[in-house]
Amino acid sequence: MTAAVTDGKAVTARSVAVAVQLTGVSAGYGHRVALADVTLSIPTGSLLAVIGPNGAGKSTLLKAIAGLLRPFSGTIDVLDGPPGREARRIAYVPQAEVVDWAFPVTVGDVVMMGRVPLIGVGRSAGSADRAAVAAALDTVGMAHAVRRQVGALSGGQRRRVFLARAIAARPDLYLLDEPVTGVDATTQEDLMDVLEAEARAGRTVVATTHDLACASQRFHQAAFVSGRIVATGPANIVLDPELLAATYGGHVIVLPAGERTVIDDAHHHDEPPPGERHFHDGSA
Amino acid sequence: MLDFLLDPMAYGFMQRGLVAAIMVGVVCAVMGAFVVLRGLAFIGDAVSHAAFPGLVIAYMLGIPLYIGAAVAAVGTSLAIGAVAKRGALRFDTAVGVLFAGTFAFGILLFSTIEGFVSDLFSYLLGNVLGITFADIVQVAVLGLIVLAIVAVLRKELLYASFDPAGAAASGLPVQTLDYLLLGLVGVTIVVSIQAVGIIMVVAMLVTPAATGQLLVDRFWDLVKVAIAVSLVAAISGLYLSFYLNVASGASIVLVETLIFGIALVLSPKTGWLGRRRRARASIAAQPPAA
Repeated sequence: MTAAVTDGKAVTARSVAVAVQLTGVSAGYGHRVALADVTLSIPTGSLLAVIGPNGAGKSTLLKAIAGLLRPFSGTIDVLDGPPGREARRIAYVPQAEVVDWAFPVTVGDVVMMGRVPLIGVGRSAGSADRAAVAAALDTVGMAHAVRRQVGALSGGQRRRVFLARAIAARPDLYLLDEPVTGVDATTQEDLMDVLEAEARAGRTVVATTHDLACASQRFHQAAFVSGRIVATGPANIVLDPELLAATYGGHVIVLPAGERTVIDDAHHHDEPPPGERHFHDGSA
Repeated sequence: MLDFLLDPMAYGFMQRGLVAAIMVGVVCAVMGAFVVLRGLAFIGDAVSHAAFPGLVIAYMLGIPLYIGAAVAAVGTSLAIGAVAKRGALRFDTAVGVLFAGTFAFGILLFSTIEGFVSDLFSYLLGNVLGITFADIVQVAVLGLIVLAIVAVLRKELLYASFDPAGAAASGLPVQTLDYLLLGLVGVTIVVSIQAVGIIMVVAMLVTPAATGQLLVDRFWDLVKVAIAVSLVAAISGLYLSFYLNVASGASIVLVETLIFGIALVLSPKTGWLGRRRRARASIAAQPPAA
């Protein structure tokens, strides 16, 4: 069932429904190419972690799929159409840093935004919309906070609310930029439970993350990104030392237990402390 | 007391001025909420100054002044939007260049006109008491069009303002909405220039909405506060202007600024009263020392 793509060669059987198909896609900003020659197929019902260092093109990949960024070359198929055509069936959640948290909107207002494309121009929210908002808030455990201003929430609560907005849109495809970054362990578990349930219900979830432990334990598939697709496969490839070295270029420390993985963006040392394995540019 | 309020209304110019100030205040309050939350205040200032060469050219050609102002203001608004999308320069840099350049062009043309041109001066500093019945009809029509468009697109404009990427990914035409918003800001400025003048129109947009942001937590509550501030300022500013014999536009803007100052002090979010209340609440929320 795991449809993997390795270095551009699709091994997906066409019998598996594909939610997103990228073929030879290059994308970026201005003249800068952030992502080159990406070929990737994401089967329907995937719970896919997109992992890689800062600036690797993870967000670029999501934006290209969401239709927010026109690729320089290559073709993208999203829910059997070009990006943007099935926009109402897509919920995109940006990184927390790009949101203006001083904006005067309550939790309920934000989640209702997920319904806006469904309600239609000039119309007001109906009882079905209010019910969808209430159910989504309930799912993420934020029903108690419906009247609070979003800026008054903790980082984890803000991520819960944005996921609720996505759920309220009842999408077939979730595109989530860092949905569990910087949140406490309980919130991470809760949010991953929700995403897992959505994937089991046949919806497709694509999320970027920095958290390799979360990626390997809670996601079903993983894609390593570093300016290109380094590798894709079942989520446990996340712990493959050679792939880590190839993706992170020598900035990863794997602690001995093997279950907690720590990314260190820039560390310097002569000898690694006993018990730690460091991978430097694949030389380990 | 009643005489104090009624006496000025015996004058036709005060009646017209009051109606115009109220209409301009409401439209500015609504658009100002978007201007403040989108960080468009500087653009508003630039667009109003850019209207000046339009006014002067219209005067020289002998066509209605507001048409010149509208073409220049809306054109500049959209041009700024286009420059912003390119992203080669920092946004405020591009606006600053355009702002000073267009205004200088207006002043240059203005200086070629022989004699004193009171019409054009009233556009610079505003004179709501000089407004004619035809002007009022114009303000009413344009104001209603702006408000109607905002009312129809209220959900979409709010979503696109709060999270443009999320809104665009879900299928809203965010780029079109952005240009529309800039165009509406341009029209609002043209409508307001005659009341408060090019130099102060940005205050009419920004100050009431900024006051609302200090006091409430929801967008449409902010709009209501901004409308209330605008109405109070329009009415009391005009009376001040009448009894103290001072400039009407400046009076309205100063009353708005005064209300903003009071809100700043009393605001539950930023004011020192709010700070004291928060401090007390956080002490009360602490568990008692064991």
